[in-house]
Amino acid sequence: MLHADNVSFNYGERPVLRGVSITVPSGALLGILGPNGAGKTTFLQLLAGMSTPSTGQVTFDGMDISKIERSHLARRMAIVPQETYLTFDYTVLEVALMGRHPHLRTFEIEGPIDLKITREALAATGTVELENRTFRSLSGGEKQRVIIASALAQFEQASQERLHFDKNQPSTVLLLDEPTTSLDLHYQLALGTILKKLNHERKITIVISTHDLNFAAMLCQELVLLRDGRTIATGRTEQVLTSESVRKLYDVDASVQFHKASGHITVVPLDKD
Amino acid sequence: MVAFRQRLIKTYLLFGIGSLLVCLVAPLVGSTPITLRRVFDDSIPFANNVDAQIFFIVRLPRAIAGALVGSALAASGVVFQALLSNPLATPFTLGVSAGASLGAMLVITFGTTLSLHSFSVVPIASFVGALTAATIVYALATFRRHHLSTNVLLLAGVTLNSLFSAIILFVQYLADVSQTFRTTRWLMGNLDVSSYGTILAALPLILIAFTLFAWLPRTLNMLTMGSESAASRGVDVMKTQRLAFLSASLATGAAVSLAGPIGFIGIVIPHLVRLLVGSDHRMVLPASACFGAAFLVACDVVARTLVPPLELPVGIITAILGGPFFLWLLIRNR
Repeated sequence: MLHADNVSFNYGERPVLRGVSITVPSGALLGILGPNGAGKTTFLQLLAGMSTPSTGQVTFDGMDISKIERSHLARRMAIVPQETYLTFDYTVLEVALMGRHPHLRTFEIEGPIDLKITREALAATGTVELENRTFRSLSGGEKQRVIIASALAQFEQASQERLHFDKNQPSTVLLLDEPTTSLDLHYQLALGTILKKLNHERKITIVISTHDLNFAAMLCQELVLLRDGRTIATGRTEQVLTSESVRKLYDVDASVQFHKASGHITVVPLDKD
Repeated sequence: MVAFRQRLIKTYLLFGIGSLLVCLVAPLVGSTPITLRRVFDDSIPFANNVDAQIFFIVRLPRAIAGALVGSALAASGVVFQALLSNPLATPFTLGVSAGASLGAMLVITFGTTLSLHSFSVVPIASFVGALTAATIVYALATFRRHHLSTNVLLLAGVTLNSLFSAIILFVQYLADVSQTFRTTRWLMGNLDVSSYGTILAALPLILIAFTLFAWLPRTLNMLTMGSESAASRGVDVMKTQRLAFLSASLATGAAVSLAGPIGFIGIVIPHLVRLLVGSDHRMVLPASACFGAAFLVACDVVARTLVPPLELPVGIITAILGGPFFLWLLIRNR
């Protein structure tokens, strides 16, 4: 369980987050939704323990996240940044294997188990056939899936499918920052499918930040609506996502309806004129 | 991974043996022909054995110095490039070599009053100069949260280079004529080491630097994904950055104290090596160190034999080869 308790964050004088509290239960698929500049990325970094809140605390399975050793945390929590730029060109397999870093000692070379776990991670994101390509030769969508595979390779028990939650079993969390920004419609849907499957079959807790209402509605069971560093609403997607909350979030009138054919809520913005 | 381990061993062996061969053959080549048999002929006393004198007194220290300097500069280039996430970062372009030169110059010019000790002090002074320049670059790189753009990096390098050059000129202006002659030759980048003593003075720094380098390769791979990605994979980014800056400064300082600011090794070698072995720093770093050694030793052979009996400063050769290469990279990267 990942928990943020009344966290605030300032960039110099400027407050970015003001007293945000959320709980991400193990196995959740949660979206942090809000306009640009709402503080989503900052919040995700606090949840990942990458930066320390000015006030408040983030706990992971009951422990203060800043007290967990980096390499231990990395085996249970991975973050997929909005964009990954590699200074030098590596092969897809090399990039994915970098996820095994927290499991290796200083002079240790990746072993057969690391390779197996990494290939499974590539398979889970549908990129295993790309493993000998170079990263730079990939399309945006392919790159992102390889980075997700690299993140998945960080987890200890990547190869085990867990059927139900064991309270004593530490949770694994995947955080994705604006994962749809550079993706076309096809890749967006494919990404949604991959994330749902990871959440379902591997019981990986997933937190994504996005400003894309329909993507969040399609994917997430729960939403946190964030604006100007404050939470506007939290709860189950169908309860939280209403025309009223969309207006509060984006200053836009919208029609929010359940869409039968897709099986989820859709948001259609309405032109004011 | 068995395949990876084999590839690693093969790379180490290939580059190691290759560079060793170049370094062993180089002392036999020169404007005066010598033969190995006469060099090691015990029946002629050393005082009468011209071949042995040329080999042991003139050419061997030169080859050893070349190998050390070449490998130190190439490896530093690799480390700086990974550290700053920029393929154009090198000891030379960042101004770290210039900082080291200034440090060494100060001791060479004013340190003669320190008499006996001045010999061993040069590498230390050179290291301090390198570290000063590297610290300025580090401060610039970490001042903003994101990695330095190529523009900022190159401009900072140009600025530091001109700043240090100006101070070097000032120091030269204060020095007397004979000192100026010596330091000017030294500033051209020259492997004309006068004795094994100079090499021995720089050796400890190089050994420490390479020991520290051994810890870096996999974390350097991580850093090239960006420091945030590295941190999220469990890398202690701050510690790695400091270790890398320190070790690269040590290596640069030692190299410059031996041979002056020899340019472009730090950029030409790592890029050629990446074309051959890929981007994994567990291959790139050791292979560049070997290739750098062989490359500089070979360049020095050219410098010694191009216009006999003159022995050109090797820095001129590396600059003539490296300058166009750097321009080509600049065009390709943007």
